[in-house]
Amino acid sequence: MVRTYALLAATWMRAAAQYPASLVMLTAGSFAANALDIAAIWIIFRHTGTLGGFTLAEVMFLYGTGGVSFALADMLFGNVDKLSRHIRAGSFDTMLIRPASPFVQMAVDRFTPQRFGRPAQAVVVLWLALAELHVPWSRAWMIPVMILCGTVIFTAVFTLGGALQFLLTDAPEVANAFTYGGSTLTQYPLSVYGAELVRAVTYIVPLAFVNWQPGLYVLGHEDPFGLPHWLRYAAPVAALTLAGAAALAWRAGVRRYRSTGS
Amino acid sequence: MEAPRTPETVIELAQVGRTFTVSRRTGVLRRERRVVHAVRDLSFTVRAGEFVGYLGPNGAGKSTTIKMLTGILAPTAGRISVAGLDPARRRTALARRIGVVFGQRTTLWWDLPLRDSFELIRHLYKVDRVRYRERLDRLTELLGLGEFLATPVRQLSLGQRMRGDITAALLHDPAVLVLDEPTIGLDVVSKAAMREFLRDLNAQQGTTVLLTTHDLGDIERLCRRVMLIDHGRLAFDGTLDDLRATAPGETSLEAVVTRLYTRDRLFQ
Repeated sequence: MVRTYALLAATWMRAAAQYPASLVMLTAGSFAANALDIAAIWIIFRHTGTLGGFTLAEVMFLYGTGGVSFALADMLFGNVDKLSRHIRAGSFDTMLIRPASPFVQMAVDRFTPQRFGRPAQAVVVLWLALAELHVPWSRAWMIPVMILCGTVIFTAVFTLGGALQFLLTDAPEVANAFTYGGSTLTQYPLSVYGAELVRAVTYIVPLAFVNWQPGLYVLGHEDPFGLPHWLRYAAPVAALTLAGAAALAWRAGVRRYRSTGS
Repeated sequence: MEAPRTPETVIELAQVGRTFTVSRRTGVLRRERRVVHAVRDLSFTVRAGEFVGYLGPNGAGKSTTIKMLTGILAPTAGRISVAGLDPARRRTALARRIGVVFGQRTTLWWDLPLRDSFELIRHLYKVDRVRYRERLDRLTELLGLGEFLATPVRQLSLGQRMRGDITAALLHDPAVLVLDEPTIGLDVVSKAAMREFLRDLNAQQGTTVLLTTHDLGDIERLCRRVMLIDHGRLAFDGTLDDLRATAPGETSLEAVVTRLYTRDRLFQ
């Protein structure tokens, strides 16, 4: 799977390089956009003392970890939510007749170097936060774990969004509420939201495990909502559960795929 | 028509059906759901080395059958076996044993030279480098690909692209080749070259070929056996001579097939 992904990604990048002017401009454009994003974040954070009981550096830490997770998932698998376009064009049929996973083929479809831009931006924010925070090593081990779990959670959300499009071929935007909505949600400390929403993203759609619960552990912060303490270690469980559900949904979707006329 | 099951059966369908639920808007919020039978109670077998034409009017169920044979669609009833595998469940394994060409869409990489698409296919299908070299050289010679191997696919003519697609489907040396309208849109010269190639492939390599087409010239020049599907059911299965015999007095195959297509309409 990894080999197929790398092979196809290299191929798509070579295809993108067939249009060098376009490639250069798009890459430069995405770098400019990402640089502006970082500038905007920096300006906002400079004028904000605390947010929902978290200091500036802590907020940037949550923003950075959530951002890296989302950007990695988006870079590697975000394209899965463009499934309905491929179903309507009939190109999903051609993915199904190749001896490779249609999920991988969808994920890597039209891979371009611009996809590296977003993770790079998020890494910069996280790095700025960590430089400020001085997290002790005894708790820092959670950071790679939470980024990995967060990436898995967002990948699962993208996959669920793609699987949904096997049913709702005409309404691909429905899934965006969960993917990009989820990304926005995790950019801020959940303490700025209502308790009901936090319960929902803890126990139903486990977005609280992307950076909130494990983040509380890393920061050594009390849970403003007083939820059980063990939830801080539950990110891997949440990630695996959601990934399993997403894999089943995707498989069910492929099984009941209807193709198009002709 | 139950053919005896022998080891050399490569395609077998038993009482295969496929339904689609179609919902139609009948009011602001009201929807009417209807079950459409695209294919029903379809049974046939194809043996190794056969060259079978699969005919039928638009919407008869041809493409649905092809998609079930290649694992794209799962049947809603019955059992399918292609190259010894259940297509919908063993799609990836099946892909290594069959070649599929859709005349209406390409499986090549639009922006890359033809040669790069083939190289990628070699990796995806895990074809041994030496065998790949041999097969590509042979196909290049037979299909005259030499002059445009280095050309990006988007710049190829339809005839050239079709030859590229056929090559792509054959690089892994499949035992079965499934062609969905391979001559659609081709000029007479390209069409003739394509037919000659397919006939030789079947005769010399023993590759089993199943072909759908609306071009009766393809059928006349290539297929020893013809199956005709109409309203999702097998309406005819036999040799080309048997097919002609269904309409004595008609001289052209076109007239024979037109009679078969419209025969059932009287009873509708």
